[in-house]
Amino acid sequence: MSEKKVHVEVHRDDEASKLGMWLFIFTELLLFGGLFLVYSVFRAEYPANFHEGSLELSVTIGAINTIALLISSMTVAMALTAIQKDNKKLALALISITLILATVFLINKYVEWGAKFEHGLYPGSPLMKYLDRGHLLYFSLYFFMTGLHALHIIVGMVLLTICLFKVRSGNVNSKSYIHLENGALYWHLVDLIWIFLFPLMYLIN
Amino acid sequence: MSEEFEKTEYVSYLEHKGKYTGIRSWIYTLDHKRIGLLYLYAIIALFFVGAILGLLMRIELVKPGETIMKPQTYNGVFTVHGIIMIFMVVIPGLSVVFGNFFLPIMIGAKDVAFPKLNRMSWWIYIIGCMLAVASQFMKDGPPDAGWSFYAPYSTTTSTNVIMATFAAFVLGFSSILTGLNFIVTIHQMRAPGMKFMNMPLFAWAIYATSWTQLLATPIVGITLLMLIAERLFGIGFFNPDLGGDPVLFEHLFWIYSHPAVYIMILPALGVITEIIPTFCQKKIYGYKAIAFSSLAIAGVGFLVWGHHMFTSGMSDQARWFFSFLTFLVAVPSAIKVFNWLATMYKGSIDLRPPFLYALSFIFLFTIGGTTGLLLGSVATNVQVHDTAFVVAHFHYIIFGGMGFAFFGAIHYWLPKMYGRMYDMKRATVAWVIIFIGFNLLYFPQFILGIQGMPRRYFDYLPQFQTGQIISTVGGFILITGLVMMVYNLVQGVRKGEIAPANPWHGSTLEWQIPSPPSLENFDEAPVVKENPYDYE
Repeated sequence: MSEKKVHVEVHRDDEASKLGMWLFIFTELLLFGGLFLVYSVFRAEYPANFHEGSLELSVTIGAINTIALLISSMTVAMALTAIQKDNKKLALALISITLILATVFLINKYVEWGAKFEHGLYPGSPLMKYLDRGHLLYFSLYFFMTGLHALHIIVGMVLLTICLFKVRSGNVNSKSYIHLENGALYWHLVDLIWIFLFPLMYLIN
Repeated sequence: MSEEFEKTEYVSYLEHKGKYTGIRSWIYTLDHKRIGLLYLYAIIALFFVGAILGLLMRIELVKPGETIMKPQTYNGVFTVHGIIMIFMVVIPGLSVVFGNFFLPIMIGAKDVAFPKLNRMSWWIYIIGCMLAVASQFMKDGPPDAGWSFYAPYSTTTSTNVIMATFAAFVLGFSSILTGLNFIVTIHQMRAPGMKFMNMPLFAWAIYATSWTQLLATPIVGITLLMLIAERLFGIGFFNPDLGGDPVLFEHLFWIYSHPAVYIMILPALGVITEIIPTFCQKKIYGYKAIAFSSLAIAGVGFLVWGHHMFTSGMSDQARWFFSFLTFLVAVPSAIKVFNWLATMYKGSIDLRPPFLYALSFIFLFTIGGTTGLLLGSVATNVQVHDTAFVVAHFHYIIFGGMGFAFFGAIHYWLPKMYGRMYDMKRATVAWVIIFIGFNLLYFPQFILGIQGMPRRYFDYLPQFQTGQIISTVGGFILITGLVMMVYNLVQGVRKGEIAPANPWHGSTLEWQIPSPPSLENFDEAPVVKENPYDYE
C-alpha cells in the first residue's frame, strides 16, 4: 500500500514539473514575440533596406545551422526514448551528439559574427552610425535577436549537460526521467525559435 | 498529495526548528508562509519609502514655485516614487504576501508546487529591489523619465535609466516565476475533493492574476532590454532621430503595463470577496459569476492598452476600438460589485475593521472605476489627458483599491498569521483617519485636473493653490493614519491577545486550522466543503 502511495506522489510531481516547463516556454515565446513584432513593424517601414541587409548574410551558414539544430532536436528526443527503454549507453551517446551539434551551431555563429565584426559591423561601432536608418535597424535587430537566441542555446546546453551527468549517475533513469524531458522540451523551444529566425533574417526578400 | 493523509503533530511555523536557526531560518526557508511574511516586511518598508517621497512632492506643491526642491529633483522624486510603488509594492503586493501565505492553505495543500522556485523568486525580488534603490544613488543621478520610461527621452537622458530599467526587468522575472508557481499549484496541489468550483474565490483571483503575470511580463521584459541596448549601442529602436518609433515603445510598454493594473487589482477583488461573506455570515452571491468575471477581467484586460495612447497618434479606428474594449472591461468589474452588495443584503453584518476596509474599498473603487470610464472615452480623454485627473483616477484604483484591500487583508488574516489579535478600537480609529486623509488627498486632484492642472509639473498657476493645499493637508492626515495603523498591528503581533483559531467565524479552509498554522498547514486531512462559503 505504501509503495502505491509513493508512486502516486512521484507521478504528480512529474506532471507539475512538466506543466511548469510548458508555462515557462510560453513566457519565452512571448519574450521573442515582442522582438518579432518590432521586426515586422520595421520591416514594413524599411522593406528595401531589410532586403539589402539580408543579402549580406550567408544563407549557406544559416542553412547548415538550421540542419544542425533540427538534427539535434531529433537526437534529444531519441535520447529521451532511449532512457525510457532503459538504454543508458545510447541515451548518453545521443545527448552528447546533441551537445556537439549545439557547439557546431555556436562555432558557425562565431564565424558569422566574426566576419561582420571584421567589416566593422557590430552594435555601437563607428560604421553603424553612418548606415541608413533601415540598415542600422536591420543589423541591430540581427545582432539582438540572434544574440538572445545564442544565449538561449547556451542555457539549453547547460541544462542538457546537467542531464548528461544525471543520466550517467543514474539519477535520470527509465522510472524518473522528468529532468531530461524538461531539458528536451526547452531544447525544442530553442530550435523552434531558430526556425522562425532563419527565414526572417536570411531568406525573405 | 496522496490518497491517504499522513497525520503530523502541531508545530507552529513560527517556532519550528529546522536545519537553520536565527536569520538564516528565514533567508533559506522553503515554507510558503515564512516567504509570505518576508515579502510582507519588505513591501511595508518600501511602501513607506514611496509614501515619504509622495509626501515630499505634496510639500513641494503646497505653493507655486520652488518650495523645498529643484525641478530636476522633483523629476527624480516622482520617478522613484512611481518605480517603487508600482514595481515593488503594488504589482507583487497582495499576490506574493497573501497569495503565498494563504493560497496553499485555502486549497488544502501543504506548500506551493515548487518551494525552491518560490524561494528563488523571493531572492530575485530582493536583488531587483536593491538594484532599483542603488540606481537612485549612483553618480549619474536618479532616473527622471517617469516610471513608464517613455522613449525617446528615456533613451537620451543622462540619468541612471539603465540601472532602473534593469531592476524592473529583474523584478519582472520574479513576478513571472511566482505566477508560474501559483498556476501549477492550483492545477496540481488541490486537496482531494477540492475541485475548481469548490475553491475559495481568492484562489480564483490569484489564478487569473498569475496568468496575466505569466503572459504579459515577458513583453515588458524584452522592451526594457531593447531600451537598454538602445542606450548602450545607440541602436535607435525607439528614437525617431535614429529611424525608430517612440509610439512603438508606448505600445510595447502598455501591452504589459495595462494588464499590470489587473495584476494589482484582481487579488484585491479576491480579498474583498473573502472578507464580505465572512462578515455578513452569508453565502457569497453568484459564486460562478465572480469566478469567471476574474478570468474575464484578465482576458479583456490584455486588449485595452491603447487607451493610454489616445493622444499619441493612433488611427481613429484603433481609438474607438480600444475605447469600446475599455468600456467592456468595466462590465465584469461591475458584476463583482453587484454581487458583493447582493451578498450583504439580509446578511448579519458585523462592522469590524476588515469589513470597514472592504466597504471603503467598494466606495473608492467605484469612484476610481467610473472616472476610468471618463478616461476611456476618447473625447473626454483628450480633454483631461496627462492632467492631475489621471493621477487622482489611478490613485483611487491603486491605493483606494489595491491599498485598502491590502490593509483589509492584513486586518482579516493577521490573527491567523501570528496567532494574536490587534486592538479593535484603535484599528477602527486608524481606518477613519486613513479614509478621510485619502479622500482629502486625492479628490481635489480630480477637480484640479479638470481645471487643467498638468501631472508631473513642479510648478503651477496660483489659481490651483487652494486645491493643492487641501490635497497636501490630506497627505499629512493619511500618513498619520497609516503610522497609527502599522503601530497598532505591530503592537498586536508583539503583545496582543491570543487569537482563537477562527475569530471571525470564517468558513474557508484557513480558519479550520490552528493559529498560527502548523508547519505543514494541515495536521489532519482538511474537510472540503461543496461551497467554500457555507455558514450553516
